[in-house]
Amino acid sequence: MNKSTKIEMNEVIGFGLLRLAMVIVVAILGVILFDIVTKGYGVISWEFLTSAPRNRMTEGGIFPAIVGTIYVTFITAFLAIPIGISAAIYLSEYAKQGRLTRIIRLAIRNLSGVPSIVYGLFGVALFVENLNFGYSLLSAGMTLGLMTLPVVITASEEALKTVPKSHREGALALGATRWQAIKGNVLPSALPGMMTGAILGLSRAAGETAPILFTGVAFFLPFLPDNVMSQFMALPYHLYVMSTQHHSILQVRPLAYGTALVLITLVLTMNLLAIIIRYRFRKRFKQV
Amino acid sequence: MKTVNELQTKILVDNLNFYYGNFHALKNVSLEIYKNHVTALIGPSGCGKSTFLRTLNRMNDLIEGVRVEGSIKIDDRDIYVKDVDVVDLRKQIGMVFQRPNPFPKSIYDNIAYGPRIHGTKKRADLDQIVEESLRASALWDEVRDRLHESAMGLSGGQQQRLCIARALAVKPEILLMDEPASALDPIATGRIEELIDILRENYTIVIVTHSMQQAARVSDYTAFFLMGEIIEFDETGVIFERPADQRTEDYITGRFG
Repeated sequence: MNKSTKIEMNEVIGFGLLRLAMVIVVAILGVILFDIVTKGYGVISWEFLTSAPRNRMTEGGIFPAIVGTIYVTFITAFLAIPIGISAAIYLSEYAKQGRLTRIIRLAIRNLSGVPSIVYGLFGVALFVENLNFGYSLLSAGMTLGLMTLPVVITASEEALKTVPKSHREGALALGATRWQAIKGNVLPSALPGMMTGAILGLSRAAGETAPILFTGVAFFLPFLPDNVMSQFMALPYHLYVMSTQHHSILQVRPLAYGTALVLITLVLTMNLLAIIIRYRFRKRFKQV
Repeated sequence: MKTVNELQTKILVDNLNFYYGNFHALKNVSLEIYKNHVTALIGPSGCGKSTFLRTLNRMNDLIEGVRVEGSIKIDDRDIYVKDVDVVDLRKQIGMVFQRPNPFPKSIYDNIAYGPRIHGTKKRADLDQIVEESLRASALWDEVRDRLHESAMGLSGGQQQRLCIARALAVKPEILLMDEPASALDPIATGRIEELIDILRENYTIVIVTHSMQQAARVSDYTAFFLMGEIIEFDETGVIFERPADQRTEDYITGRFG
């Protein structure tokens, strides 16, 4: 075998392995989606989506869990998005870059690697106990918010970095103050990227069980939470209950699949939204 | 060429030293820049001419770890003393960058950006400033029908003239241009040069350029920079025809750089 055919062989094998890895990833996702859709599709109905569980959760729907997940995600967003974006602006636009900011960035990266159950326990200690928010939507939402913060900060900093330096300089050279340059030029360009990151963070939070487990989620509630101090049902926890904690698991298996389908649809919809925002953002900036 | 006693000094640079950390980028630079004239700064890459330009509107303040010694006086006011308002200073001094940097906004909003941040709110006033500025930068006829379209859709040369118009909209007295035509084709470059020729009536212009021909065509005075120092400063004709320093002659005749 001469040298060039050997190189060609290596290329073929190399790319073959890479392609195989990709096929495996897509296949796994495909199998999971196929399994959930085929087994969960049957129970999806208007009634399933809009009524509470009945008859010791063997019948009825998952409405309180859907609403609970949406509510708790909103509280997460209210905490994580403004604080996260503000922190990112400060870190990348104002703070003097040096050892301190490097340590802060490292800490933020590490925070996003902390297991979610640890956030859950931290939430119990801080919100439920110390701040006396009790076992509530507020405690759970804030715990998820803390967990989402590092994601939002990191994504926002990345988005700020993509704004060309020339936009800042152009504004400053016209006599803009730093804040005017940030508000009028940098933020409008960075905002879509920030929102993409924030939505991806929120969609992950919406599917989390551990952080809400000790901070506010309920096993079963036939009614909706009426304020932020109420307990609530949530899709991921309901799914966990229906799959492992229910007294007649086999009987409610279809309901569990239905719940999984709704949860996955919710999360994928949020991710799709993030992709759409990112795509439009790219298109707008292609001409620069 | 006007006679020397008609000249009015607009910017007086006295013994300026500039450091990036430990790097001594400008060494004992002294220079007079005359009102309503075009002064070209030439020299090989890395000679400090852009750094010098950016000390004039304190854009170098944005970089961390820089240090300035000496003085720069504009209309007899030192711009590096403590109580100088950098925002006011930059209002007085427009800047045009090497690469056109229009904001991703409409043509109108690009021009109105400066006046708006400085407090002009009335639509009629803004309309007038936008038109004046675009006329002054010889762009009005090309864009008058699409003022509200994105500035990103303009050609490179148009974008650069838009950036000049945007600078003029703030009504500066001085225009700093950092190789304004280096990213443009010859025709667009020609337009920018014609424009500079018109603007000198009303503005004091300092232009950094890599092109000797451009310096010769557009400027009244030329300063030759080398390794952070001004080697020679004189009327452009003198610099190009009978330079006093051998190094200037070497550079101009293309022996290095």
